[in-house]
Amino acid sequence: MVQMTYRDALRQALRDAMTEDDRVLVIGEEVGRYGGAYGVTKGLIEEFGPDRLLDTPISEPAIVGAAVGAAMAGLKPVAELMYVDFIGMTMDQLGNQAAKIRYMFGGQIGVPMVLRTQGGTGRSAGAQHSQSLEAYVLHTPGLRLAMPATVADAYHLLRGALRQPDPVVFIEHKALYTLKEEVDLSSPVPDWGKAAIRRRGDDLVIVTYSRQVHNALKAAQDLSERGIEATVIDLRTLNPLDFDTVRTEVERVGRAMVVSEGVMTAGVAAELSARIHEECFDFLHDPVVRVAGEDIPISVSVALEAASVPTPALLRETAERLVA
Amino acid sequence: MTQTALRATSGPAPRHNSDLRELYTQMRRVRTFEERVGELFVRGQSAGSMLHLSIGEESAAVGVCATMRQGDTFTTHHRGHGIFLARGADPNRMMAEIGGKETGYCHGKGGSMHIADMGLGHLGANAIVGGGIPAVVGAGLASKRAGKGDVSVAFFGDGAMQQGILYESMNMAALWDLPVLFVCINNQYGMGTHIDQATKGRELHLRARAFGLQGETVDGLDVTEVREAAQEVMDGARTGQPGFLAVECYRFFGHARMDKSPYRKDEDEALGRQKDPVLHARAALIESGTEAGDLDALDRGIEAEMDQAIDFAVASGEPPLASMFRDVYGPDEPEPEPVRTRIDRVLARE
Ligand SMILES: Cc1ncc(C[n+]2csc(CCOP(=O)(O)OP(=O)(O)O)c2C)c(N)n1
Ligand SMILES: [Mg+2]
Repeated sequence: MVQMTYRDALRQALRDAMTEDDRVLVIGEEVGRYGGAYGVTKGLIEEFGPDRLLDTPISEPAIVGAAVGAAMAGLKPVAELMYVDFIGMTMDQLGNQAAKIRYMFGGQIGVPMVLRTQGGTGRSAGAQHSQSLEAYVLHTPGLRLAMPATVADAYHLLRGALRQPDPVVFIEHKALYTLKEEVDLSSPVPDWGKAAIRRRGDDLVIVTYSRQVHNALKAAQDLSERGIEATVIDLRTLNPLDFDTVRTEVERVGRAMVVSEGVMTAGVAAELSARIHEECFDFLHDPVVRVAGEDIPISVSVALEAASVPTPALLRETAERLVA
Repeated sequence: MTQTALRATSGPAPRHNSDLRELYTQMRRVRTFEERVGELFVRGQSAGSMLHLSIGEESAAVGVCATMRQGDTFTTHHRGHGIFLARGADPNRMMAEIGGKETGYCHGKGGSMHIADMGLGHLGANAIVGGGIPAVVGAGLASKRAGKGDVSVAFFGDGAMQQGILYESMNMAALWDLPVLFVCINNQYGMGTHIDQATKGRELHLRARAFGLQGETVDGLDVTEVREAAQEVMDGARTGQPGFLAVECYRFFGHARMDKSPYRKDEDEALGRQKDPVLHARAALIESGTEAGDLDALDRGIEAEMDQAIDFAVASGEPPLASMFRDVYGPDEPEPEPVRTRIDRVLARE
């Protein structure tokens, strides 16, 4: 067991992948000399050199597009977008190119690239640096989507992403980089594409991912003190989506709350809620309840920012009312 | 509702732009303001740490803005405090916005990187590198139709020179003969990346010429030279010949508050900071007969003004929570429904 931060685990995953396979390279703004805007790639340029850590100009569409071409040509690029908020600038390369090349070209070739980025609130970074845009990705067939919540998953999901035959968008949470946990990176972990049950209880199932896993666990602890026991499912990857685990737990327990930091309307929570209603209808005691980000941009004001996304208190209160 | 956006009505009164003392005063105000922004952060009163100071770049903001007039519009990048101040912004409301306070220009929603004021023609600062550039093409189109000779100016950094959208924008501006000016504040760095590590095409103005714009580069040390170079491209822009101006300067401090610039050598930094447009203007004033004591008094007055801005920001309150649903849509439109209300309806079901 070692103590490690989420940031260190991501770096270790890159280091191990780059050591094992010299086709793996990192392309992005400030990834080399600077060590990444959030310090994830710090020191890697000393280990692997500037040919494996390519510092780019501020040219997001070309960063993603170059990764697409590199992947087609046999390399294993890890492109980095400093903030997921910039994904719109690259959406053609991602949505029209990376996601569709295998299909359009009749299966001749895939685009095995990883796009690492980070999102979410927590730093007063304002409307253009605080969003949770995973639904954009999930709405595009052909793109895989991983969103680690724990330190171990920061490592394992990134390693897993690099083994996929298809493009993976890998969204970290900016508030988790300093999260420190005891991990044993050699111990067995759930497979790529498999959800993790982080806590078991018989009163309701909380389905979530990324930072909201921690909020859900906090809420579950408070609920437990009040005699309500929650199951908390961490989806880990949203595409592939392990709906079997969700279905099994919801059918067992009969109540579900889905939680997402992204805005509520047409978001990940909406998709999950729809599937649970459709597929587990006969087992539900109550309608599924969604707790998600407000349908508004994120303000720079500390107070407004905090109120714009689900808090442990809102999760606890909603769960209590659902179970009552 | 009529859109007030492009009625830039309350710009600063025309100044005697040839007056070096006035240029110095504006540059000193920018510098002192930025120093106070740093203080706001240290006191834990800023909203976050994404504060990009324009110390070292004052001549670009002040020199170019001296050629602008009421009715002109502009957009800025994330390092835009100085430009906004030079266009007549109220330091109190700016500082309050940087603190995420209700009394700020955008009621605490925008902050340092998204500050704007339509009355002053400020169509907005931007946290997307290059994000504010194409808006001046549209604003220029509107100016051209209005026929009053108003110009729209995009301010951005050297980092944005590598964004494709700049080239799409310059091409359209030239194609349509728009009253538009593109101003690149080349402080040599985009975060930790020196411009030489970002491009081999170092003669930035040649790129603009390739699209048919009038393209120039000026050294940022002497604010009067910046103003003169800006005047030349501005005169062209007013008559429908879009222009581009690169102002060469140096970013004195880190990229944002947390960045200690480990990627550049101390001696290079010391050398870079010798290109100080504020001290240069001050020396020129003294040379031409102004008493140092006179300038000291001027500086102290500016310090008092900016200290007051901090006091104003600190004393201001947070925006009320209910305001977060305001201004997602137009003023007569319903606000988005709060998540809690939607949850209430789900849970109220029997
Ligand atoms: C589209 C986009 N890419 C990357 C960033 C992250 N970022 C913010 S400022 C910056 C450097 C910008 O450099 P420059 O344009 O020279 O402006 P300066 O900071 O020097 O004023 C970067 C890479 C961003 N905000 N937006
Ligand atoms: Mg720069």
